[in-house]
Amino acid sequence: MAQFINTLFNAVSLSSIVLLTSLGLAVTFGLMRVINMAHGEFVMVGAYATYAVQNLFSAIFPKSIQPLYYFVAIPAAFAAAFALGSLLEFFIISRLYKRVVDSLLATWGISLILQQAARSIFGTQGVNVTAPPFLQGGIFIGGCTFSYNRIFIIALVGICVLSVYLIMYKSGFGKQMRAVMQNRAMAQCMGINSRMVDNVTFAIGSGLAGIAGCSVALLGSVDSTVGQNYIVNAFMAVVLGGVGKLLGTVLGASIIGSASIFAENYTSSSIAKAIVLLIVIVFLQKRPQGLFVIKNRSLDE
Amino acid sequence: MLHVSGMDAYYGESRVINGLDLEVPDGKIVALVGRNGMGKSTALKSIMGLVKTPCGSIKMNGEEIIKKPAYDRARLGIGYVPQGRDIFPQMTVAENLELGLLPLGKKGKAPEYIYEMFPIIERFASRKGGDLSGGQQQQLAIGRALAAQPKILILDEPTEGIQPSIIKEIGRAIRQINETKGISVLIVEQYLDFVLEIADYIYVMEKGEIIYKSLVKDCNEGEIQRLMTE
Repeated sequence: MAQFINTLFNAVSLSSIVLLTSLGLAVTFGLMRVINMAHGEFVMVGAYATYAVQNLFSAIFPKSIQPLYYFVAIPAAFAAAFALGSLLEFFIISRLYKRVVDSLLATWGISLILQQAARSIFGTQGVNVTAPPFLQGGIFIGGCTFSYNRIFIIALVGICVLSVYLIMYKSGFGKQMRAVMQNRAMAQCMGINSRMVDNVTFAIGSGLAGIAGCSVALLGSVDSTVGQNYIVNAFMAVVLGGVGKLLGTVLGASIIGSASIFAENYTSSSIAKAIVLLIVIVFLQKRPQGLFVIKNRSLDE
Repeated sequence: MLHVSGMDAYYGESRVINGLDLEVPDGKIVALVGRNGMGKSTALKSIMGLVKTPCGSIKMNGEEIIKKPAYDRARLGIGYVPQGRDIFPQMTVAENLELGLLPLGKKGKAPEYIYEMFPIIERFASRKGGDLSGGQQQQLAIGRALAAQPKILILDEPTEGIQPSIIKEIGRAIRQINETKGISVLIVEQYLDFVLEIADYIYVMEKGEIIYKSLVKDCNEGEIQRLMTE
């Protein structure tokens, strides 16, 4: 029983990390239909931003407030990835809308450039982010361990999902965003500056990847390939959930996360990867559009 | 109000409109008719800024707008009701109407008369736009375009695929907003009887050029009929 609860907790934890990395993709890929191969590198940017903020704090602040660095690191990671995403959209992606293969190749190139840039700046060795003391350790209940940093990440993911939901469905900007994604030309006729909306939407998606980077930095060492470890799962989660639906992404991420942990628990980690892929393949054979399909009278594409 | 002169319009590399001259006088209803594929819709899209218009001039109250993006033109007071309505399908009727307010640049409320003119907007406020019937979508599209209190309303085939009773209502609505709100109207139609009943001026378009223009009260209906069928 205890082992099962532990596994379940790990499953929730992994699902939340997959969800955090796929949330940004749900925006850039799900809403904007841009296959951004550099999404993983925005995760990396967030992780290195966290590392940089940590070093900055230990250089200029007294020891007592150093642990607070993490609360600065989250917005810093978001801001760094947001800014980079905005630049990338402005200079490259905006010229490649509707050219799927071109944007895929271009963003793959950007991914390589960013990885090399990270190696040049931070070195090839992985760097470590020390979790602040209040995130070290965990709660032990009846032989089960719930580590604080994983609980924290789950909460963080919850906040991020809620924020994305509020921005998309409750804010004025979200309304403009959905209008542009549903019908660009008509949105412009409604006085919406679609170029600006595209740019900010892409930047928000990238910023979310940055927050994901901030949280994965707590779990292991950060190097230039840190994003690559998560990107495949993230894409699978978005596709599985059904492109363009937030709830779909949440469920997709949970399925991917739980399936990998449970499969890994009863087999080995490489078999687990194969099992997850198999689930995705079989599922998409049956339902090529994912869990949630947008059905409508006027959507006959 | 709106003054188009010598305007060319392109789809990709092919020229669809060749030196269009068209005028919508202040507070008048102008109809643009013609057969299918003669560039009528493209003319409206050019005025809205949705297709390439490399040369010519489009003046709105004397201000040159041909280089401006569509969203600036909307803010200058052009309300557009496209062919096929283009209601945002995943959004509710209320949200669609709220989007219509955006050109005003601030949070406002749609004018009351829109709800009175089209009661379905209130009745189906929380339905998805994509779930409405064609006629209902058309009414919503007109209401949405009116929400920002435009100076000129441009409509692309508002009667297309719509049942006769609703066509009557739409005709009445267009007359009403023109008479009571002083909004100028430019309307593209195939349904000649409909526009002859509501318009002040009529233009006939053929292969991207205007081949006939007249005041409706002086026009030769037989001649227009002939131009549109031949």
